[in-house]
Amino acid sequence: MTGRRKFSYLSSILFVLAGCVFFSSASFAQNGGELRFCLRTEPKTFDPLLVDDDSSLAIRYLTGGVLVRTNRHTQELEPELAESWKVSADGKQITFKLRRAVRFSDGSAFSADDVAFTMNRMMDPALHSSTGDAFRSGSGTVTTKVVSADQVAITFPAAVVGMDRLFDQVAIMSAHSPKKEKAVLGPFLVADYKPGASVKLERNPYYWKKDAQGRQLPYIDAVDIDIQANRDVEMLRFKRGELDLINALDTDYFDRLGSTSPQLVHDAGPSLDSDFMWFNQVASAPIPDYKKAWFRSTNFRRAVSEAINRDDLSRIVYNGHAQPGVGPVSPANKFWFNSALKAEAHNPQAALERLKADGFHMQNGTLVDKSGNPVEFSIVTNAGSKPRERMSVLIQEDLAKVGIKVNLVPLDFPSLIERISQKFNYECAILGFRNVGLDPNEQMNIWLSSAENHAWNPQQKSPETAWEAEIDKLMRAQASTSNLKKRKEAFDRVQQIVYEQAPMIYLINQNSLSAVSASVNGANPGILYPQTFWNAERLTINGTATAKR
Amino acid sequence: MKIARLVACVVVVAVCATSLGAHWLAPAGYARQFREAPGAPPSRAHLLGTDEVGRDRFARVLYGTRISLLLAPAAALVSTALAALIGGLAGYVGGIWLRLARAFTDLFLSLPWLFLLITVRAVLPLNVSPLVSVLITFLILGLLGWAASARVLATSADSLRNSDFVLQARASGLHGARLFIVHVLPNLKPVLYAQFWISIPVFILSEANLGVLGLGVAEPLPSWGSLLRELEGLISFREEPWRLAPLLLLIVVMTSFQVLLSNEEVTA
Repeated sequence: MTGRRKFSYLSSILFVLAGCVFFSSASFAQNGGELRFCLRTEPKTFDPLLVDDDSSLAIRYLTGGVLVRTNRHTQELEPELAESWKVSADGKQITFKLRRAVRFSDGSAFSADDVAFTMNRMMDPALHSSTGDAFRSGSGTVTTKVVSADQVAITFPAAVVGMDRLFDQVAIMSAHSPKKEKAVLGPFLVADYKPGASVKLERNPYYWKKDAQGRQLPYIDAVDIDIQANRDVEMLRFKRGELDLINALDTDYFDRLGSTSPQLVHDAGPSLDSDFMWFNQVASAPIPDYKKAWFRSTNFRRAVSEAINRDDLSRIVYNGHAQPGVGPVSPANKFWFNSALKAEAHNPQAALERLKADGFHMQNGTLVDKSGNPVEFSIVTNAGSKPRERMSVLIQEDLAKVGIKVNLVPLDFPSLIERISQKFNYECAILGFRNVGLDPNEQMNIWLSSAENHAWNPQQKSPETAWEAEIDKLMRAQASTSNLKKRKEAFDRVQQIVYEQAPMIYLINQNSLSAVSASVNGANPGILYPQTFWNAERLTINGTATAKR
Repeated sequence: MKIARLVACVVVVAVCATSLGAHWLAPAGYARQFREAPGAPPSRAHLLGTDEVGRDRFARVLYGTRISLLLAPAAALVSTALAALIGGLAGYVGGIWLRLARAFTDLFLSLPWLFLLITVRAVLPLNVSPLVSVLITFLILGLLGWAASARVLATSADSLRNSDFVLQARASGLHGARLFIVHVLPNLKPVLYAQFWISIPVFILSEANLGVLGLGVAEPLPSWGSLLRELEGLISFREEPWRLAPLLLLIVVMTSFQVLLSNEEVTA
């Protein structure tokens, strides 16, 4: 080989190698590709101020621009369309300094007028906006003052607790665009909607956000969302590579997929969701008086709580993808969880001791009360919920070990709701909360004794027990101050009272499980909604995988 | 055909006998939870493995078979008796009563069965033992399942009413209940048998449907319906084929009933 030919040969190799490096890095950094996933129900609305279902929430999250955003990973509040903000000392006013040179998806400019328009529309009682309801702190009107093109002050008639975090849900609408809600400030815009079939989102060409290298976000071109209620079909399509993400994966599917492709499944730890049981304590309920006496006894409720083996519930029902429940707040809620509390330990002996203190005793293997009535009650839950039905079966056996006979009654959901909220014709129920917010204020409708959702004894004219009166006082106290430390102290005490009195017996907090295809780069599934695509603007799709679609 | 009937008969008898011997064949019982081994594959200790909460699947299949196979015929008996009473009598009396009975059965047949069952199940008392709940479930099935049989019996009784031998009996002075019991009812017997046999698999499947919705027999008592719920979410048959045992048993027993039934129908 001559020197010239050698040079030519080497330069060819270098050229090929350089080409490979260039194209491989380009394929990673290159914008493009389509993210595909399923929603289980049809979005009820595309109006961001009328959202009250999960599917509409997903569309709003991907298309709506907000002033501030709760980081789904750190749970910290971060600036978005607002560069900065300030809440007044009395908690009634918030002032936003807005980002400049931001445009809606139709090219029109964003200004303080749009924030004022959105607030006025949202707080209009005629709109019945559930997003707006969270801001209604007292009677009177909300005033919005446009200080300048990039500064706006919003004043509420009374203090709104945790006000700045509530703006995470407020997608700003254009005051002037003829496209109305179709003009958006988020990373994507709705390009096509086939009712009952799919929603197609495309990249917002005017999206304001850029990455550290100065490249405009989002990286991907489109989001293709199919409406698919059947979870078996969703899983099959994911396995076939037709879908990239699955949110809120069932335990069985998670383990099955994890056994073959562990790199695709993600367990982000305990979620905010909880399953719990409670006894009917309504004085007028059509159940025998001696049973009402049991259910109103703190010792009885605590004994039942102690007799339940929560570790088994987690291990058997959720294959270990759940944590024993502690109280109203999941340990996943980093700030508001009372870390001094621990899940009730399984201790049948201690349970029997507690029951003895109330006059219960064993008779031929059956627990009887002081009047000789055998302890037997029914547990209702919603038919079709396999985890809850399995939990009920385990609880049935746990309680049988302390002599309590439990009859399990799965009911269709409308019948169940009628029994627990209107006729109060039930003894014990197992249900769950699907929490999306972090702030305890969102639980006011559960803990106030006058509330409709005060499950065990709703709509009390005045608190029937001293501890319920104390909870009322503490919940109102935390809602009337913007001092976080005081709020935390008050809500910690609420959690402690709930733990000690056990009106709700918390069973488990399910882990947040999801699946992400290998073709998606940058996914970091978290516990807050939307678990898998909370950072959709920074996700990239593997070029090879995209080409295959 | 004769061999097929013989095999079917042997299968039904064998399944019935095995389920009746559940106490000896599966001493673990249907409710005991082996919590250290939930969802276990078949082993010497658990011939068909364990279910999601660690209960022996073999024991549950045997006890579930016992419940479904004993109570489905009982429900079929209730529904056939009701059908004979309503359809047979209306057909025998004829006239406006026959038209009324037909209209009523048509109306009853047009009701959404499953929703009716769910509604009736929801208003029942909550605090009943699993055994009472299973009896109630099948009683409801029996009480709601008479309409189709009643229509067939009404038509048969109507044709018998105008038959020569009934006319001759009338001419001989026989009337009312005596004529119905002595001459009409014995001639309706083959139709009644056929309707009885047809109803059994229908009720087994109805209970299975309720079980799939979680509204059938109360836990921890097993039935074919509650056992079939285990198959929800089963994507691949190859992964855990032993979970298909209740389904296979249901298919085998239903097929056997159909083979036996075809014989009854021929007789009818």
